[in-house]
Amino acid sequence: MSGTLCIDGITVPFSDGQTIIEAARSAGVYIPYLCHRPGYAPYGSCKLCTVKVNGRTNTACTLPAADGQTVISNSPDLQYDRQRITQMLFVEGNHFCPSCEKSGNCQLQAVAYHQNMLDNHYPHFYAQRELDASHPDILIDHDRCIFCNLCVRASKEKDGKEVFGIAGRGINKRLIVNSPSGKLKDSDISVNDEAAHVCPTGAILVKRSAYLAPIGERIYDQHPISEVACEKAAIKAGEARGYGSCDPTRLPSPSQQNGGPDSHYAATMPPAPDIKHGR
Amino acid sequence: MAAKIKIATTSLAGCFGCHMSFLDIDERLLKLADVVEFDRSPLTDIEHCGPCDIGLIEGGVCNSENVHVLREFRANCKILVAVGACAINGGLPALRNFFKLEDCLLEAYQDGIGVDNPQIPNDPELPLLLDKVRPVHEIVKIDYFMPGCPPSADVFWSYLSALIEGRDPTLPYELVHYD
Ligand code: SF4
Ligand code: SF4
Ligand code: FES
Repeated sequence: MSGTLCIDGITVPFSDGQTIIEAARSAGVYIPYLCHRPGYAPYGSCKLCTVKVNGRTNTACTLPAADGQTVISNSPDLQYDRQRITQMLFVEGNHFCPSCEKSGNCQLQAVAYHQNMLDNHYPHFYAQRELDASHPDILIDHDRCIFCNLCVRASKEKDGKEVFGIAGRGINKRLIVNSPSGKLKDSDISVNDEAAHVCPTGAILVKRSAYLAPIGERIYDQHPISEVACEKAAIKAGEARGYGSCDPTRLPSPSQQNGGPDSHYAATMPPAPDIKHGR
Repeated sequence: MAAKIKIATTSLAGCFGCHMSFLDIDERLLKLADVVEFDRSPLTDIEHCGPCDIGLIEGGVCNSENVHVLREFRANCKILVAVGACAINGGLPALRNFFKLEDCLLEAYQDGIGVDNPQIPNDPELPLLLDKVRPVHEIVKIDYFMPGCPPSADVFWSYLSALIEGRDPTLPYELVHYD
């Protein structure tokens, strides 16, 4: 089925199987998200993409697009809720951006920038979480996990491995590693796995790749996430359907896309750094 | 001549990097000096903050003195601004929150490498440490937040210009950074 829906007053076409968020992205309309990723099965955990569809609240990443839907995304109420959700994610973990390798390439941070989030509003949890640096090529800083489940899905659906899982509920929720010791080094993850690169925050990091792009030259230092999220989609849609709304010169350069751990919109994963041979 | 706007600044548990960044507004300091007068600040060495229009707080809250200073600022400043990552989320000093206070003291003053004459400082003159470093908004009401580690000179300029002109400060996308 295909047809059109109306998002914030813009007529957006959709094709068979697209969710609202994907139809929007293809048309260059940005709806913020964190647990969604193009090419992955919808999951719907972060609620950042919450929109009103025909007057009812829904997550845009899970709801199939349907002909004639009226979607409101950009209202002050929804923006306010998104900011509060993002602030909760910041106080629940330990997000000290100045000391985080992912800063500038981090989707959580970029979403917060997009919302002009200037403070964290809530009292901080300062949750005690361990760091697992046992693996030679990959590390997990649990402080920064937002439980988006992307690494879990990547490992299972893309790498065919099941290295990760989320255990516990509420405040006791945690990312666990499927290995006898619970340590990453004893799991069968490899640095070439999609799961090693998919994390939207600085929770799963590839070692020795931190400063490939210097601070200030990273993806979201240069481009708002709304642009990064939609440009490729808009260009693709442009090729296919005559959309011509975006300026390709404003895309992150290929070196940023490869160097930056944000493989976000790359159709294929960026080449893993050549760790074996040093650099 | 209209009365000058009074500004007070302080660094609680911070590194003074935000103050340094403030000074980075360079020659714009002269423009500022035309309309602004500094009350308590490292620039003036005044001990207590008097009635002020704007208070800038750098750093989080790590000890009893920080609490007193912060409350004094709140009581005296019409507008209170949390400046920088430490004031907003505890920042680097808050990394000690993941250890017991006792262990921090022992490491710093007794067991650490190179410690001479090991002893835990204990003098009534010394402010007592809080068990956790806290962002300032958890202690007093904060009116505005200036993110960054440190916020750039342009952030200071943009904020202060707005506040001095009686506008709500807002930051354009390029100036919003947490690092
Ligand atoms: S993961 Fe992102 S938001 Fe969290 S500390 Fe790192 S850069 Fe900041
Ligand atoms: S480690 Fe990263 S990808 Fe995995 S659940 Fe946490 S935030 Fe998501
Ligand atoms: S992106 Fe839709 S719920 Fe997370």
